[in-house]
Amino acid sequence: MTMFEFLIAPFTEFGFMQRALAGSLLLSLSCCPVGVFLMLRRMSLAGDAMAHAILPGAAAGFLLYGLELVPMTIGGLIAGLTVALSAGAVSRFTLQREDASMAAFYLISLAAGVLLVSLRGSSVDLMHVLFGSVLALDNSALTLIGSICVVTLILLTVFWRALVAECLDPLFLRSVSRLGAPVHFVFLGVVVLNLVGGFQALGTLLSVGLMMLPAAGARFWTSRVETMALLSVAIGMVSCAAGLLVSYHAALPSGPAIIFAAGAIYLFSVIFGTRGAIAARVRPSRHRTA
Amino acid sequence: MSDPCLTFNNLTLGYDRHAAVHHLEGVVDKGSLTAIYGANGSGKSTLLKGIVGLIKPMAGDCKRSPGTRIAYLPQLSEIDRAFPARVVDIVSLGLWPRLGLLGRQTAEDRKAVADALVAVGLAGFEKRPLDTLSGGQMQRALFARVLVQNADLILLDEPFNAIDARTVRDLLVIISRWHAEGRTVMAVLHDLELVRLHFPETLLLARAPVAWGQTKDVLTPANLEYSRHFDEAWHDDAPWCEGDDAHHGSIHGHEHEHGHGHDHHDGHAHRDSKHGSASAKAPQTEDA
Repeated sequence: MTMFEFLIAPFTEFGFMQRALAGSLLLSLSCCPVGVFLMLRRMSLAGDAMAHAILPGAAAGFLLYGLELVPMTIGGLIAGLTVALSAGAVSRFTLQREDASMAAFYLISLAAGVLLVSLRGSSVDLMHVLFGSVLALDNSALTLIGSICVVTLILLTVFWRALVAECLDPLFLRSVSRLGAPVHFVFLGVVVLNLVGGFQALGTLLSVGLMMLPAAGARFWTSRVETMALLSVAIGMVSCAAGLLVSYHAALPSGPAIIFAAGAIYLFSVIFGTRGAIAARVRPSRHRTA
Repeated sequence: MSDPCLTFNNLTLGYDRHAAVHHLEGVVDKGSLTAIYGANGSGKSTLLKGIVGLIKPMAGDCKRSPGTRIAYLPQLSEIDRAFPARVVDIVSLGLWPRLGLLGRQTAEDRKAVADALVAVGLAGFEKRPLDTLSGGQMQRALFARVLVQNADLILLDEPFNAIDARTVRDLLVIISRWHAEGRTVMAVLHDLELVRLHFPETLLLARAPVAWGQTKDVLTPANLEYSRHFDEAWHDDAPWCEGDDAHHGSIHGHEHEHGHGHDHHDGHAHRDSKHGSASAKAPQTEDA
């Protein structure tokens, strides 16, 4: 088998592989920078919670309309935004911190989701919602992912400065601007949007993986936010291509293969990154006097 | 005639229905340089937070003259030192009031940031990551940010905590420059010597204002003795303040007779102890 047959041919020969690649690359472009901000805001696990929160909405869509993209997406959006806004509101207007309120609301939502799925539908359907099927992306799913990507990139560009300020020094932002709270809610909305975009391809649970793993890996290579966002996109894209190829050649499920590839890059970064474990442990051979 | 920058109208601030700043009346003139002095828990930081609007008054209000731009240096900043940012990034945040969300930085803005770093002695630190700064260097970077903010009213909460003598001197030069430029500056301080030397006016707080006016008239042994012995604890059995009409009325009366038309810096003591309206007057200070 030549290099071409191994790396390129699967994508040129099969339409479903092309669509899977296009969809997952678009997802990387929009998910990964969002993941960087989640990580920098110490909300890495909030993405996971939000993914669970989306489940009842998607399940309700599935119950009413079957395995259809649009109703499941809209349902997921509604459920996700409700949980995000409620959790955000509780933490902004009461003493409770966001991690606690987020946990409370997503658990309520998750319970509702499992109840809904159990009303009808077999465990096969549940597996589909939970783990997605990137190889079954049709044109409407690609359009959805593309639109989410565009909206996300526009919102991130517009609110970039406020997002950085809100992470870096929230008290300062509050003293000069009223944008602090709105920016937070816009950001939570973007997180939900991207998780919903990812769940057709990767499922509600694994779409968090494409959001967080490249971001967490990028942290070990750079100390600038801009570079980190770009690097995370690159890591996400490489993971998608690698995961699809592995899944094609080894006949493995594609979603987990993509996340696994991202996980491998993360582990490599932890150990060998310029700000990783080895770099932190090695005593420098010489140092400057000042 | 006075030109007010801030006007306190019977301002009461606090937490959890306990007053931390009690019935503050008076005017901060434009261009004044005021030290806020008092024991721990006497309401100094709370007052600054109230002025910035981070906490809402429980009674009364605090009015800023329209168009006043505020810069606030908090006692405990909420800066995330682990955030991947450089010194120049945090100082550039000070451009926010000018640029807002989307404004582009001009060459002039970048020069303002560079000049501010030079002024606080951090030239050459532009690219340093925040987590490599010492406490004093961080404080100087935050001062640079206040410089960049180019504000009319500058509020500094214990700006010299854990700062070495040389840096304090450098930062005092900046404060007097602000004063010379006609900006209004209020700073919470704990060093009496420093207040006496560099701050023309002082507000002495012990939950309620003890005295407010010219520093030499405010920092008298009797006033200081009083402020040192104020009871900082909250008492669940402390009586509810009937302030607006009952015992507060007499103090207001005094003010309405003499107060209007000239400065309110008359340090009328409203010595509100937990026992109610025992309002022994502080030695008066009169503005010239």
